[in-house]
Amino acid sequence: MKELWLTAKLDIAESLRARWFAIYCLIFGGLVALLFVFGLTESRVLGFIGLSRLLVTFIQLTMAILPIFVLITTVRSVAGDREAGVFEYLLSLPVGLAAWFWGKIVGRYLIIFLPVFAAMTGAVLWALARGIEVPWGMFAYYTALLAAMGWCFLGIGMLISALARSTDVAQGMAFMVWLTLLLFLDLILLGVMIQEQVRPEVAVGIALANPLQVFRTAALTLFDPQLIVLGPSAFVILDTFGAAGYQVFAILYPIAIGALCAGAGYLFFRRGDLP
Amino acid sequence: MIRFQNVSKTFKRHRVLDGISLDIGLGERVALIGSNGAGKTTLIRCLLGEYTHDGSVTLDGKAPRPNRTQVLASVGFVPQLPPPLKMPVGQLIGFAAALCHSDEKRIAELALRLGLDVGRVSQQPFVKLSGGQKQKTLIAIALGRAARVLVMDEPAANLDPEARKIFFELLAERQHDTTMLISSHRLNEVASLVNRVIELDMGKVALDDRVADAGALTGLLDCRIRVKRAEAAFAKALTAWNFQADADGLTWTGKVAGPDRLRFLGMTSRYVALIADLSLSEMETGAETGAEASRPEATA
Repeated sequence: MKELWLTAKLDIAESLRARWFAIYCLIFGGLVALLFVFGLTESRVLGFIGLSRLLVTFIQLTMAILPIFVLITTVRSVAGDREAGVFEYLLSLPVGLAAWFWGKIVGRYLIIFLPVFAAMTGAVLWALARGIEVPWGMFAYYTALLAAMGWCFLGIGMLISALARSTDVAQGMAFMVWLTLLLFLDLILLGVMIQEQVRPEVAVGIALANPLQVFRTAALTLFDPQLIVLGPSAFVILDTFGAAGYQVFAILYPIAIGALCAGAGYLFFRRGDLP
Repeated sequence: MIRFQNVSKTFKRHRVLDGISLDIGLGERVALIGSNGAGKTTLIRCLLGEYTHDGSVTLDGKAPRPNRTQVLASVGFVPQLPPPLKMPVGQLIGFAAALCHSDEKRIAELALRLGLDVGRVSQQPFVKLSGGQKQKTLIAIALGRAARVLVMDEPAANLDPEARKIFFELLAERQHDTTMLISSHRLNEVASLVNRVIELDMGKVALDDRVADAGALTGLLDCRIRVKRAEAAFAKALTAWNFQADADGLTWTGKVAGPDRLRFLGMTSRYVALIADLSLSEMETGAETGAEASRPEATA
């Protein structure tokens, strides 16, 4: 356990020094600041005002940015370290492979989750100071959703890092994964539905397998419990899960994907050549 | 102590190690030599448990891969190319010391003996240090541990002559209770450090020879050089070896570490046209304090 925390601390310290982390913090901190500056808490859209409006916008933007950011920075860092010879030296020290791999995941997870959480918490504190009503339920659920999303893409990133032998290949794979998930949000999915005239259940099933779509739909359920904006597919989702059930699914499913990918990544890492 | 049994390693279709079998005992100082691609680094990585391979590698009967923490706890490693770590030197030393249960102060003391004041560079990123400073840090970390096996890949390549002399002394202090595996492209770089030479070629053992162990690690040579005329480049080279000139700058005197004699002669050979007289004589132990001792003398 000591080795795991030492590795986690090392990864945290490395990330805090890295330029990507400064940009990462700037993006999410800046996002919240911008949303306040543009008076989003005072605006009214579809009946949503105050902090809930800000949080909805923030989570939508985060879902667009966080996955690709986590994927690219994780694979660049891990595969880059291996390629540069960092692994050759640090793994010559008496640290267990499990402690090393999971220590890196723990450190990196804290680094990617905390700035996003801090940005949301900052917004809540600002709202409290300004006397704006805070939707605590929404805040708690979005926090859980962000935690699940960070874990999911970190796990995928670690799997790619374990599989790829060079930074270029790892970055290419990460980008392809993200692009595939992105395209399956609408573009390919709609194309498949139109071309193949598949049953709605199949199309919805494909969409539900996509963690990006799961996050997007889950975020919608909080301010649109009937998922009216989704159209007929809402019936399939709500009939299968119910609104509350879907919200639970949207947390557990990405966590499972992240855990499976991280576990598979560890197995590949442990079985193969380390440097 | 260290046993390689029929070890083979293939990358894609290229066989880098081809059935290596070796036994290396406690106290042996082995030069692992061979040209680029001979398999030296791959063999070291197999010993460190970093590569999967066919055959078996054991250290005191334990394979390094499944028993990583136990086996690597007794192995100190100095790589040929220092890793491009962005972490500060102090953090690297702290991390290594915590994992190896070694003392940071001891590491700092060793670094100081090698000529690196860790206190002054502890906040600097490791990657920003000079080649010599990096090497001194890594050597201090490796020697600061209770390692029974030292694996070093061209360990003294970036060290200045004074640091090399101290480095040889540090190795000498541990030569009886430590096994050393020193990798190099050229035998003359490490010849004086070792009592066994293993040459790899195309992934096979081409030569395994025990050489005379004259206790050369601790040896010191008194050197006197007379030059025909003062030459700035040669003066600079000799100053780097801590030599001192007399008033007219034509006679230089200094001490050369025994294991460094070939390297020293290699340096002087570049200025052979300038040299009128050169003598190297072995000093007896304790002679460094100023006592004159009778010794065999080589004069050129």
